[in-house]
Amino acid sequence: MTQTLSERARSGDRRALARLLTQVENRTAKGEEALRALYPHAGRAHIVGITGAPGSGKSTLVAALVSEARKPDAPGGPRPVAVIAVDPSSPITGGAILGDRVRMQIHASDRDVFIRSMASRGHGGGLAAATVAAAAVMDASGFPLILIETVGTGQSEVEVAAIADTTLVVQAPEMGDEVQAIKAGLLEVADIVVVNKSDRPGADRAAAQLRAMLTVGAQHDRAAAAAGRPLPKRPDVMLASAMTGAGVPGLLKALDTRNEARLAAAAHGSDAAALKRAEAQLSGILAERLRARLNDDTHRAATQQTLRRIATHELDPYTGADDLLSALSSPEQRKS
Amino acid sequence: MTDAPARPIKVLIAKPGLDGHDRGAKVLARGLRDEGFEVIYTGLRQSPEMIVSAALQEDVDVVGLSILSGAHMTLLPKITAGLREQGLDDILVTAGGIIPDDDIPALEQAGVARVFGPGTTIREVGDYIRANVHRHEE
Repeated sequence: MTQTLSERARSGDRRALARLLTQVENRTAKGEEALRALYPHAGRAHIVGITGAPGSGKSTLVAALVSEARKPDAPGGPRPVAVIAVDPSSPITGGAILGDRVRMQIHASDRDVFIRSMASRGHGGGLAAATVAAAAVMDASGFPLILIETVGTGQSEVEVAAIADTTLVVQAPEMGDEVQAIKAGLLEVADIVVVNKSDRPGADRAAAQLRAMLTVGAQHDRAAAAAGRPLPKRPDVMLASAMTGAGVPGLLKALDTRNEARLAAAAHGSDAAALKRAEAQLSGILAERLRARLNDDTHRAATQQTLRRIATHELDPYTGADDLLSALSSPEQRKS
Repeated sequence: MTDAPARPIKVLIAKPGLDGHDRGAKVLARGLRDEGFEVIYTGLRQSPEMIVSAALQEDVDVVGLSILSGAHMTLLPKITAGLREQGLDDILVTAGGIIPDDDIPALEQAGVARVFGPGTTIREVGDYIRANVHRHEE
């Protein structure tokens, strides 16, 4: 083979892309190598996270957004779309049912739509450990829009907001009263809250309640800004029906508007989302590398010993961590 | 994690054609989940093209086809041919549902590795897959 998988994926070979995603997902050496090669070519796509409770209609909404982006008369022409759909792995057997494609199969025969399911494989936060790397591979393979659908989430799986440029939180009309809207967690990370199933009764009221609750506190914002404290996001609340398609064109337009604003800010050197994504990737990889070194041949015995001493309360975990870190950076280790 | 377990085998469970009976496919999907497989389920009424495309994008190791409509002699060879066309001939293809014994040799000829009849246990299917899957590494 003269061309590498990465080169083939970049030139539009979908099978090469699929195989590459497997390598990245399994976090093999080849996957890592491919990511090194592809990373400089990524950074162009708009990465949109879609999260919300199980059954709120995330998959159907993703499928509807894909339809909208693929319309022949879409502004700027139809564009390729990639989707990563994460579903949970069983903590007992490691198995998983990846069922998000059921709602998206209408796009299966469209060459410019690439849908990939991912099992969370024990990773918390509503994503898989390799999700951000998979998105980078899709980005480098020329997809300008990447939709990442999380595991059906509860109230605090907010990791997607750290890796997406724009985060949609999907709510169904009957998902609670005003108190739900002022709780900390998922709603706080939303750039856009979508009240889905707007064809159902109560949707307008739910949207009005969310709007009222999420937009209170303009005074608080001013005070926070003055004091240099972090400002809460003020998400737009939009109504949509993924089933009938109502509100979906407006939603895609809102996403595009946000992306334009992001790109304009990035041109001035301030892309907060990209920085956050960099941090999420780096800290994940650092933790992984550290774990690997602590368990390599040189350090495994000391690591095991430290674990046992912590388990028996002979040593506290902070001292144990400091000891291991200084062992890693001691001069005789550096030589090797 | 470096000490992560070997990656689970990925299985696509698909229902080609027009019959609306997906209880079997769902029970099997659930059972294979409990056997530790990652199961992608695509729902009812899938055309051969949709199934081939899903197998390609998901880079699955196995495609399990559930069919009760009687159209297996038309649809299953189309799927195996489609997979071959895409260079996906290393995928293990199995079938289940209502398929007369007389039809099995022709289906095997067409590239269906194994036809599971009524009464097959999930454990048998799981064991068969584990023993016969080709894990492609590229």
